[in-house]
Amino acid sequence: MYIIIVGGGQVGYSLCKALLDEGHEVLIIEKDASKCERINDEMGAVCMRGDGCETSTLSDAGAARADMFISATNEDEDNLVSCQVAKHKFGVPRTIARINNPKNEIIFKKLGVNYTVSSVNLIMEHIQEEMPTHPLVHLITIEPEGMEVVEIRIPQHAAAIGKKLKDLPIDPASLLCALIRTGSSPVQPDPDTVVKAGDKFIAVVSPSIEGQLRSTLVGA
Amino acid sequence: MNIIIVGCGRVGAQLAALLDAEGHKVTMLDISANSFRRLPSTFGGTAMVGDGTDESALRKAGIEKADALVAVTQGDNRNIMSAQVAKHIFNVPKVLCRIYDPLRKDIYDTLGLEAISPTTVLAQLLKARLEVQ
Repeated sequence: MYIIIVGGGQVGYSLCKALLDEGHEVLIIEKDASKCERINDEMGAVCMRGDGCETSTLSDAGAARADMFISATNEDEDNLVSCQVAKHKFGVPRTIARINNPKNEIIFKKLGVNYTVSSVNLIMEHIQEEMPTHPLVHLITIEPEGMEVVEIRIPQHAAAIGKKLKDLPIDPASLLCALIRTGSSPVQPDPDTVVKAGDKFIAVVSPSIEGQLRSTLVGA
Repeated sequence: MNIIIVGCGRVGAQLAALLDAEGHKVTMLDISANSFRRLPSTFGGTAMVGDGTDESALRKAGIEKADALVAVTQGDNRNIMSAQVAKHIFNVPKVLCRIYDPLRKDIYDTLGLEAISPTTVLAQLLKARLEVQ
């Protein structure tokens, strides 16, 4: 495939490298002469100096035969315009815009840029996938054993609420060392401790059983 | 009319002064408060610091009740984005923008954006003046 990337910053540069490795034909369009030179020194003649929103630049870049157009500068308005020009003037079938301000993701979709990548939204999605309400926080790692000291907060609808610790399937390899309840001093939890919503446990676990401990205490 | 002007440069400030003097309700939006020095002391409208391509800044400037928006910042792409957000997201009835690059203006003409290219206008004006001699 022939892929044009606008913007030779960190994102454009790394993308270009990865796409070249996959055997694609790649061209970067970059305004800054020194960035251009650096990229060409390293990767061969893959970077063209110019403004990726300008018709003449895109025409020189052969946008009309491009299979994909990626606008990856750190200015959202530039990414919007270059994608629109590529799509409407040169008929590039697939245009992808990088989004810096996460609020613009919806706006770009409404303005006809179908594929957008927002790094902030991506990271947020991953965080939410990993920990739905962030109930488990890593405090410190103990090396070289690689044990984690974590804080686990019991959310409102956890299935463990009202149960005694000894009745929960907690892996004996994990150690619940402290229980912190609002309004009282920290205590050492014992097998008869009843879990309440809002409880905070400090535990030492190995990363391999951390997920199990989390789903036992936090899962609904 | 309620009119929002994005960009308080020479053109934006002068347009604001003209519209304000005619009794329109003008709101200026610019990313730099320093730009508002260009507004005349008699200006009775609102001047707000904010990014004219940002949905929430436009909302604060009252875009939902605006009759018109004019985008005249220094950047073609900023003007294009601001105008498109006004037209397609907020359905502002009258939207105008400045696009210096004549080729880019042509593309957005076909996409239904009402744009003026000062480059073309001035070149034609200069040519006409030369021909008078």
